[in-house]
Amino acid sequence: MSEYAEKIRGIAKKLLDDGTVDMVIGFRKGTMPLINEPCFVKDAAKVDALIWDSSCGVNLANYLPKRKEKIGVVAKGCDSRNIVTHIVENQITREQLYIIGVPCTGMVDRRKVRLAVGKEILSVSEADGKITVTGDGYEEVLDKQEMLQDNCAICVHRNPVISDEVIADPVEEQTDVDRYADVKAVEAMAPEARWNHFEQLLDGCIRCYACRNACPLCYCPTCFVDESQPQWVGKSVDKTDTRTFHFLRAYHCAGRCTDCGACERACPVGIPVRQFTKKLEKDCKELFDWEAGMSLDVRPPLDTYRPEDPDEFIK
Amino acid sequence: MRVIKIDKKDWESGVGKLSGDYSLYGPVKQGAFHNFAPLEKGQMPDLDYVNTRMSPKSVVYPQCETMFEYTLDENQPDHHVNKEIPKDYSPRAILGIRPCDVKAIDLVNINFDNPEYQDPWWVQRRAALTTVALACNNPCSTCFCTSAGTGPFDDSSADVLLADMGDYYLAKVMTEKGEALVGKAGFDQDGSAEAGAIDDAAKAAEAKITSKIETDKLGDKVTTELYDADFWEDVAFACINCGTCTYLCPTCWCFDIQDEVQGTDGCRMRNWDTCMSALFTKHGTGHNPRPNKTARVRQRFMHKLKYYVDKYENGIACVGCGRCVQQCPVNIDIRRVCDLMNRFEPGKECA
Ligand code: SF4
Ligand code: SF4
Ligand code: SF4
Ligand code: SF4
Ligand code: SF4
Repeated sequence: MSEYAEKIRGIAKKLLDDGTVDMVIGFRKGTMPLINEPCFVKDAAKVDALIWDSSCGVNLANYLPKRKEKIGVVAKGCDSRNIVTHIVENQITREQLYIIGVPCTGMVDRRKVRLAVGKEILSVSEADGKITVTGDGYEEVLDKQEMLQDNCAICVHRNPVISDEVIADPVEEQTDVDRYADVKAVEAMAPEARWNHFEQLLDGCIRCYACRNACPLCYCPTCFVDESQPQWVGKSVDKTDTRTFHFLRAYHCAGRCTDCGACERACPVGIPVRQFTKKLEKDCKELFDWEAGMSLDVRPPLDTYRPEDPDEFIK
Repeated sequence: MRVIKIDKKDWESGVGKLSGDYSLYGPVKQGAFHNFAPLEKGQMPDLDYVNTRMSPKSVVYPQCETMFEYTLDENQPDHHVNKEIPKDYSPRAILGIRPCDVKAIDLVNINFDNPEYQDPWWVQRRAALTTVALACNNPCSTCFCTSAGTGPFDDSSADVLLADMGDYYLAKVMTEKGEALVGKAGFDQDGSAEAGAIDDAAKAAEAKITSKIETDKLGDKVTTELYDADFWEDVAFACINCGTCTYLCPTCWCFDIQDEVQGTDGCRMRNWDTCMSALFTKHGTGHNPRPNKTARVRQRFMHKLKYYVDKYENGIACVGCGRCVQQCPVNIDIRRVCDLMNRFEPGKECA
């Protein structure tokens, strides 16, 4: 992975030196194992702070909306699709961006690793698809593939869909994955079981909105849950209000969600919130053959009208 | 203070005897992590944990609580009158709380019970609370309690401090509340002969803490210079203003007051709030004095590490539990920020 970092630094330096961009957004090394910190570099002399490994899961597209600068941004497959979505939704212009594409082999879920080793992790290194975890008096080698975030394990767009420069050869896309096994399992449930499933899923939600804030799609100046004139949703952890938040947020992401997993990764209490957005993602795929963020030239299904639409109700 | 010895084989029956006199709370496993929760009759606290995901502050200061209710029905004689809701102030005890988290309750107390203001719900709930702390023999790498005014064996806030000695606990009974609790549990074996073992264990535990912050220069900084420091944009960049750090923090005390009305029935409640949210400071006029995330991130750190330090001269408003460090989704680390603030010299770049 260090070649990746070298490449990113080289490009960042060049872009800053020749004034192509005002800042480069990437990652710097975290203060703990398995998590790196999004950062910006404005000074070509400081590009060495930029790094790359399998703990760069945060979706950097989240840092772009409404920025005015010219920006070089490091982008994995999912970041690049969220960047496309931002451009299509007028959150930033294509001309402002220099996209440094990173073919991705999936991001590691730090909580999975912690559970797998069952002990405190003091350092981590990775090579050849293996992660070596060390702690007080132990060393354990794990298969990276098994430690991926749930969304990365089923990702079929690991190569950036849009970029100005790609830092490595494309990686092989996964083809033997069932993207919707979990959604199908929920669809197959009887209504009561399904209700209980979602009740359990949301049990423990503290309404911190980390899931919302981590999501590149959630850039509304005032989110509906924060509106106070009028106020749509109560602010306590009342079950009805919590459900309302989650269901409405999911619908706002319909046809836009790239399944980047940022929401789930951010949740401090480990709620698998992708369960909501994935159903809608699946519906979009089945109804409109649509996957979000794949092209700058096609309007998303939920913001277009076609006269030849087969549905009567829309005419 | 006196030291008693509790054989682990007597622990369960002792705890069992408490349930008639106290509502008990303790760490329980919830999915992949531990949280403090009410213990059912016969349920034991799971003391095999390092730190809970949520802090135990909710036992004294719930995330959401209804304070008043009222009716808007003008046919009722008491319409539009806020009526206080009766609450449960019967004795409660937290078993197995960590020393840093008990310390945090004392720290929050400064906000809710001081000569100027006394929050009636906090004051009564805290008065009803007995804390049985569990000293940490094996602190984790993100614990920096020893440089945040407390420590793995800090006994200064707890009513009882348990030190795990293998087959038995040595317990320092610190207060009258603590005496009452051990009395009810029937724990009465003298342990004074082994008191030195607690000090040894404390030294060993403190030695394991390698994560440290420096706070010595914070008080001397000029507030406005620190406020205008060059590093805030860099510190705040990654932040998504999610509030995780504040909701999980045992020392964050901010709240919001909300009225909820259904038909003509209304209630006034108080919910935890967070300085990381834009709404937190939004005025009725629409003006927001903390208009962007850099301002909000700065507020969080300035509050904990500067304003509090100056106002109370009581150290920092952080006990070093490490929750925010571990759970921030973008790795904003208070230890790093504290270091930047403590080292800050105006005019010198230090980000
Ligand atoms: S979702 Fe795909 S592109 Fe995004 S981090 Fe995971 S594997 Fe990489
Ligand atoms: S809803 Fe979740 S998975 Fe979908 S784009 Fe937002 S953060 Fe990514
Ligand atoms: S991040 Fe988790 S706890 Fe916070 S609002 Fe979202 S689901 Fe709830
Ligand atoms: S947890 Fe991290 S990202 Fe969230 S508000 Fe706190 S500092 Fe910002
Ligand atoms: S600021 Fe962080 S480390 Fe300090 S008490 Fe709060 S959660 Fe713990």
